Amino acid sequence: MNDWIEIGKLDDIPRRGARCIQTGSGRIAIFRTAEDRIFAIDDRCPHKGGPLSQGIVHGSQVTCPLHNWVFSLDTGLAQGADEGGVRTYSLQLHGDRILIDAQSLTALSAA
Amino acid sequence: MTGKLVVIGAGMASGRMLEHLFEADTRRFDVTLFGAEPRGNYNRIMLSPVLAGEKRYDDIVTHDADWYAAQGVNCRFGQTVTKIDRQAKTVFAGGVETPYDRLVIATGSAPFILPVPGKDLAGVRAFRDLDDVDAMVAASEKPDAKAVVIGGGLLGLEAAAALRGRGMDVVVLHLAGHLMERQLDPAAGYLLQRELEGRGIRIHCKAHTRAVLGTDGVEAVALEDGTVYPADLVVMAAGIRPETRLATDAGIEVGRGIVVDDAMRTSDADILALGECAEHNKTVYGLVAPLYDMAKVAAQTLLGQDAVFRPVQTATKLKVTGVSLYSAGDFAEAEDREEIVLRDAASGVYKRVIIKENRILGTVLYGDTEDGNWFFDLLKRGTDIGQMRDTLIYGQSFSTGAPTDPLAAMAALPEEAEICGCNGVCKGAITSAISSKGLTSLDDVRAHTKASASCGSCTGLVEKLLMATLGDSYNPAAIQPMCPCTELGHDEVRRLIVAKGLKSIPAAMQELGWKTSCGCAKCRPALNYYMVATWPGEAEDDGQSRFINERVHANIQKDGTYSVVPRMFGGLTTAAELRAIADVADKFEVKTVKVTGGQRIDLLGIKKEDLPAVWADLNKAGMMSGAAYAKGLRTVKTCVGSDWCRFGTQDSTGLGVRIEKFMWGSWTPAKLKLAVSGCPRNCAEATCKDIGVICVDSGYEIHFGGAAGLDIKGTEVLCHARSEDEALEIIAALTQLYREQGRYLERIYKWAKRVGSDSIKANVVADPGKRRQLYERFVYSQKFAQVDPWEERVNGKDAHEFAAMADFQMMQAAE
Repeated sequence: MNDWIEIGKLDDIPRRGARCIQTGSGRIAIFRTAEDRIFAIDDRCPHKGGPLSQGIVHGSQVTCPLHNWVFSLDTGLAQGADEGGVRTYSLQLHGDRILIDAQSLTALSAA
Repeated sequence: MTGKLVVIGAGMASGRMLEHLFEADTRRFDVTLFGAEPRGNYNRIMLSPVLAGEKRYDDIVTHDADWYAAQGVNCRFGQTVTKIDRQAKTVFAGGVETPYDRLVIATGSAPFILPVPGKDLAGVRAFRDLDDVDAMVAASEKPDAKAVVIGGGLLGLEAAAALRGRGMDVVVLHLAGHLMERQLDPAAGYLLQRELEGRGIRIHCKAHTRAVLGTDGVEAVALEDGTVYPADLVVMAAGIRPETRLATDAGIEVGRGIVVDDAMRTSDADILALGECAEHNKTVYGLVAPLYDMAKVAAQTLLGQDAVFRPVQTATKLKVTGVSLYSAGDFAEAEDREEIVLRDAASGVYKRVIIKENRILGTVLYGDTEDGNWFFDLLKRGTDIGQMRDTLIYGQSFSTGAPTDPLAAMAALPEEAEICGCNGVCKGAITSAISSKGLTSLDDVRAHTKASASCGSCTGLVEKLLMATLGDSYNPAAIQPMCPCTELGHDEVRRLIVAKGLKSIPAAMQELGWKTSCGCAKCRPALNYYMVATWPGEAEDDGQSRFINERVHANIQKDGTYSVVPRMFGGLTTAAELRAIADVADKFEVKTVKVTGGQRIDLLGIKKEDLPAVWADLNKAGMMSGAAYAKGLRTVKTCVGSDWCRFGTQDSTGLGVRIEKFMWGSWTPAKLKLAVSGCPRNCAEATCKDIGVICVDSGYEIHFGGAAGLDIKGTEVLCHARSEDEALEIIAALTQLYREQGRYLERIYKWAKRVGSDSIKANVVADPGKRRQLYERFVYSQKFAQVDPWEERVNGKDAHEFAAMADFQMMQAAE
């Protein structure tokens, strides 16, 4: 059974932008698209560790600020010719409250 | 044997004729060319885009001075021929006699000026030549200027849309019941009217003009029904009439136009006529395709070859950006005709095909004109459409089962399908020229076949043909799209942003047909720069479309930390500043402190969340952001100059500080680094900078276009300035020109190479008026640019950037 924890409000994140949440073992980037869809992925590019939360958000993709890898926020997979991916996390939007599956936090810390 | 050929009129038809003539035989004639305009042949069809600001005059020149010189043409531009003496075989212009063996009259047409009171008032213009365009542009620059366009045909509407785009209040007066009644049926005319009204153009149909009112100049236009429209400019676009006066005076047979036979000969066998002034078989032509056919026939006649002019049907397109309109053939209703109509009101699409006995007679398309050429091709070939009658209106891909892939659709077109309506070039002619002549670019195709060389609306089709013919080896380098979100190149996007007054990224994406909903990491920063640079104080700077460094005003490093560089004007600092920097380094445990190549101090390894606190401390000591991250003004590097140096000729440090205080904060297409050296020994290394100054005894040598990065390149000298003030004005004007013309991420040396240093010097050096205007635009934009971004963020701007949204480290530690 899932346990959902509130991490913030929708308006805490700018449209076409991201904020991070700190966990015991790294940062998770929470994205908000132009259409107010929200996504959560690891804030770490598998290529050279770039902070994906700092990238430019376009559609439901983000471009890494260090070397321009592009990731799908939905699947976490690198787009185009690059290969690799980042972990994604489930989010829920209740009104303007963003919730994350607490298990994903504990699973992360256990890993 | 050479003969003397005199040509009266330097327009598109005679220009094309001369091309054919010289291609066949360069030595046959000594050619003297008279033109009433003080310039050579240009593409008159493209005056509308020039008026709209989407193209420049230089873009539409067909024959430049070099061409005429290379062909040995004796040009007499700006001279009007007043008389033809057929007995003596000479023409008179400005009192000078010029003898001919053969004479070609290509005087074109004159605009029809309504014979109403006030028609001669200042401010009444036709829309015929470049002088008219210049006058209209000048009229539009007056605040709240009002224009009345008389005539709602092709030309009038193009003028109206362009003037509206330039910010004028525009009213179109049209005699008929709906717009463009010769090309459109009432339904399409209505859709067009709605579209133009949506752009703020007022349309008055069934308008009978009574008088143009005014005392010294135009003040208003009065209609028979009593309506009065105020006007600062009246454009007469109510039609044209053939310019035949010379021929009439010389006793040559003239009907509506100068009467010619199939070989373009007039009633005097030594005199030919062609173009809009000629009448063939009781018909006078105004569209470009038949005129070009005439040109070919006339050239062959002059060369002693047999040739016959046979008019072909032509299609019409309206060149108003954002309006798709296509009509061809005969679309009047009649008892024995059927029509198929498709309407999609929501998306503003209207398609109508007129059929008689299973053959297409005419078509009118509005909103979606993709299938225009296909319908027109079926029409010209008289194809029996019985088999596909039910699906015909949905277009080619639906009706023929042809694939919707545009390349495959192109490949499926028959060889005789017309691609370029202006020049009558079919698909087969283009593909065979590509294969047999090894053509690889759009410009090649234009040069060899003329396809897409006139109005340009078939450019997309020609490019698809190049792709279909050459496959992957086709590299459309001519217009490299900005990114996969659009097919437009940087220059077109910039031009359209200006021409259409697009002041936000969503507006640009919408109006320019972006293929993605929200762009990508390539186009968004570029568009954001174009907005900020084009509309200072108006367009909003979109932080989410900026690269992270410009969004948080620090430089991201490989580990996700940032580096911080405070500004030190001209590379000067003080003990107090250095103490403050040292304190910051201690307080925030800065791992590395480094002196940069631009004479600044770099603090590396700062955590993002510490940035506002670091900036607060630096601000307190009087320092602001050094913009070491910006596609904008970075640093002005200096040497100590005449203050200290025994060789210094001028105060290079002082000038450097002054330049940097004047220019800091400005955004440019790519980073901009300057330097000022106090003497030619050049200790500040000014000759490899984007802009450099070398001080000399007599003043300041201004350099530009250096590089010392991926490429190494010495600067080029722009000019010499006598005073600091003059140097500053030149540098600001040069920077502004670069801001307006440079493509995003294009360094100044690449921009200079692309546009040519001559054109830069023409703007910044040769023309003090232009320089001053550039300078003033730079000064204006600085009003909005000189805000310290660090101070803003210390005071709370974008606070979300510098703090995590939530922290679960403690919670998990507790578990």
